[in-house]
Amino acid sequence: MSYIRKPNITYKGRAKNALGLSESSYEGTMSTLCAGCGHDSITAAMTRAFFELSIPPNRAVKISGIGCSSKTTAYFLSQSHGNNTVHGRMPSIATGAAAANGELHYVGVSGDGDTLSIGLGQFAHVIRRNLNMLYVIENNGVYGLTKGQFSASAAFGAKTKKGEVNPNPPIDPVKMGLALGASFIARSFSGDKNHLVPLIKAGLRHKGFALIDVISPCVTFNDHEDSAMSYKYAFAHMHTAADLIENKPEITADFPEGAVVPVTMHDGSDIYLKKTDPDYDPTDRARAFEYVMRHQEKGEIVTGLLYIDESRKDMHAANQTVAAPLNTFPYEQLCPGSAALADVQKRFR
Amino acid sequence: MSAAQGRLNDFVVKIATVNGTGSASANSLLLKAFFRMGIPVVGKNYFPSNIQGMPTWYEIRVTRDGYAARSGEVDIMVAMNAETYAQDIREIAPGGYLIYDSTWPRQQTLSRPDITVIGIPLAQMANDAFADARVRILMKNMAYVGALAALIDIDMNVIRALIEQMFAGKPKLIPANMQAIELGYNYAREHVACPLPLRVEAMDKTRGHIMIDGNTAAALGCVYAGATVGAWYPITPSTSLMDAFKSFCARMRTDKETGEKRYLIVQAEDELSSAGVVLGAGWAGARAFTTTSGPGISLMGELVGLAYYAEVPMVLFDIQRVGPSTGMPTRTQQSDIQICAYASHGDTRHVCLYPADPRECFDMAVAAFDLAERLQTPVFVVSDLDVGMNDWMVPDLTWDDSCRPDRGKVLSNADLEKITSFHRYLDVDGDGIPYRTLPGCHPKGVYFNRGAGHNKWGGRTELSDEYQDVMERLLVKWATAATLVPKPEVIAARSGAPWGILAVGSCDGACKEALHRLAEQGIHIDYMRVRAFPFSAEVEKFLADHERVFVVEQNRDAQMRGMLVNETSVEKAKLTSILHYNGMPMDHRQIVRTIEDAVAEEAAA
Repeated sequence: MSYIRKPNITYKGRAKNALGLSESSYEGTMSTLCAGCGHDSITAAMTRAFFELSIPPNRAVKISGIGCSSKTTAYFLSQSHGNNTVHGRMPSIATGAAAANGELHYVGVSGDGDTLSIGLGQFAHVIRRNLNMLYVIENNGVYGLTKGQFSASAAFGAKTKKGEVNPNPPIDPVKMGLALGASFIARSFSGDKNHLVPLIKAGLRHKGFALIDVISPCVTFNDHEDSAMSYKYAFAHMHTAADLIENKPEITADFPEGAVVPVTMHDGSDIYLKKTDPDYDPTDRARAFEYVMRHQEKGEIVTGLLYIDESRKDMHAANQTVAAPLNTFPYEQLCPGSAALADVQKRFR
Repeated sequence: MSAAQGRLNDFVVKIATVNGTGSASANSLLLKAFFRMGIPVVGKNYFPSNIQGMPTWYEIRVTRDGYAARSGEVDIMVAMNAETYAQDIREIAPGGYLIYDSTWPRQQTLSRPDITVIGIPLAQMANDAFADARVRILMKNMAYVGALAALIDIDMNVIRALIEQMFAGKPKLIPANMQAIELGYNYAREHVACPLPLRVEAMDKTRGHIMIDGNTAAALGCVYAGATVGAWYPITPSTSLMDAFKSFCARMRTDKETGEKRYLIVQAEDELSSAGVVLGAGWAGARAFTTTSGPGISLMGELVGLAYYAEVPMVLFDIQRVGPSTGMPTRTQQSDIQICAYASHGDTRHVCLYPADPRECFDMAVAAFDLAERLQTPVFVVSDLDVGMNDWMVPDLTWDDSCRPDRGKVLSNADLEKITSFHRYLDVDGDGIPYRTLPGCHPKGVYFNRGAGHNKWGGRTELSDEYQDVMERLLVKWATAATLVPKPEVIAARSGAPWGILAVGSCDGACKEALHRLAEQGIHIDYMRVRAFPFSAEVEKFLADHERVFVVEQNRDAQMRGMLVNETSVEKAKLTSILHYNGMPMDHRQIVRTIEDAVAEEAAA
């Protein structure tokens, strides 16, 4: 249970980031999810990414909806403000928070039910607003908290543990993101932390809406033979389209030689795309769509940074909002004063 | 003649037209002309939920006594719409006048012997004078303004000045409009004995007043309160509030050189989302609001519950319209009183403010943000279509430049440095209001906001006593709210009056007129207008001090009466409902009749 305190252990000699903080400063309370849950791996990747980017924990904001995935915002960054809201409405609440203060790092955590069923409308519209946030879908194709119903991302014809067959086709958040013009779209797998951490970091650095769909098997309700969202299936069918590599020599050295494409982010930093598939171009939306579909037809889950557009304005830029956060903007510059009120009323006489 | 003499500056003109024909500017010209002549006016627009081709009416009451409601009668009908002609002619009070467009023959079968019929060939004159088809339609409207000016003696200099002001941006249009007005004016002068016994004469009773609608006034209130985030989904009759906020901010909150905006308006995909945006922005410390109507309130329920339980400030303007369901979107009602007060599942109660006119919309908009932040809770400004969209004559809006917003109990980084630990839901001061912090603050102030069960320390809980502890503390906060909300307006007829009228919002004008007319008959009744929920101690006292209280409201199910029964110790039998819910703004007649009957009944008993 979450009110059981997690032991606060600091290891001697543990690595520190640029702020002098160790990774434990980015951890949260103890997870209450089932042992082996893919979501816990994502939580660990999240912790690592914030740590490696040296983001002050109190400058990050976690927002989620309802469901197993949404609960995880309590399990990382306990030194950040968090907001576990209502089912499917995290995008609007994130929009409001970011409207009030655009200076913080917003990370939204959602699930396939929270995003693709009850929250599909809000998901679509937060993409349209290009809200500057990282939006992670912990996608397991199943409703865990209510014990195993199909979600909107369950594969057509998939079977539940009890043998029930899914009569409806899935909604793919990646294809939705591509269709709606999301400016950063990636897919990863919870069981592959080395793949996921760089994507989370790139998503956090992206100025705009960064979507990462993370296949995250549900060990209790959806990790069986007939599921396309099981560990076994994911490991067997993952297909990397364009990988991200860190611009640190000690890490890049681990990767084999290949075509490496740098992409400059808004904050001036570069991310490097390692093309494992020679014809893959993550800046070509139409071809990205075609690529994802072609591989899906073969039963393959395409992973990596699938699409990026650093040129789109985020919500504040599109609105031309003043740079200083609106939540603490000086009142004297918001209230026009009595003379202006008298003046405005001339037209009402 | 003496009866007509008595109607100087005291009658009603109603204009029946087809919507989409540009009559709105002609009608507002008339309204403003009376106002500038110093005569108090009441303007009511009865428009269809439609853009073009449906019947629409504009009603202007000139009222030398300064009544704020409609009278319920029509003395002069300008019947410009053949489709509603039969209905319009029926509505004229005996002794009244019908003005019609005599370009076409009139249906003689619909004649009434007790009214005077005046034909003016408006279309013919406009067609002869103007070439363009669209201009002809517009000028026909201006021609009836001219005819009325002659018939009821409106000062032509006032009209000319208004036309010059209206078209200040397009001066080329001034001569054509004046020409059309003069066509109607001259025709009436030549063919009818002008002025009619029903006429106007300059007074000095509008000085220090403006003509403004409640939505515009509320939008100004939001600007002056320092609201920075507005989120909405367009819905009649609330749309003009956010539109006005947008246009005021474009002028008053935009850097002239850089174009940078000190506000952000999100037109969301639906009302669920707009409520979410307001909640998120309120949580992050911006003054945020939404504008909506009944259907939107229904959708916002879940988020309002989250804001109540997680204690997040929100301001919601509900411009009520006729329900249930889609109802009649362009007609007025007060049928969201209970849904606003109790929105969302679980035990929730919300602060509501009930403006009675546009000036109160301005004041209450400002108060709503202070209350929402002070109490860390949703605050509804429960207005309605009549207040929100009609032009009302109200005293000038004023602003005290020393006024500063009450941002409530928000701990700054400096505050956080000083304390050893921060707990989000601890009642430190005993008023039921905890302290909060904003995202991005000093690490000591970090907390996890949630709609799930939580304890006073801010941690998640499923323990009964911890859960209940927070729910009990929210009741302490509710009691504090009752001391902070605007007090009711009370008018004591004379000491010891046994009966009272209790009203809410836009019933006010009709009630005050009824009180006046009843007093003329020697029936003296006390008055209280509830201005907020939770009910303050004054409401409880008023109910206790009177043997019988007539509760006046604009819905079928006596929602305010229900809340009084629920929330005060009043005996149910004491309260007699006077309910008006047909969608039209209320007038005094039903109130006067009900009370006259009650007096007669008591005399007979």
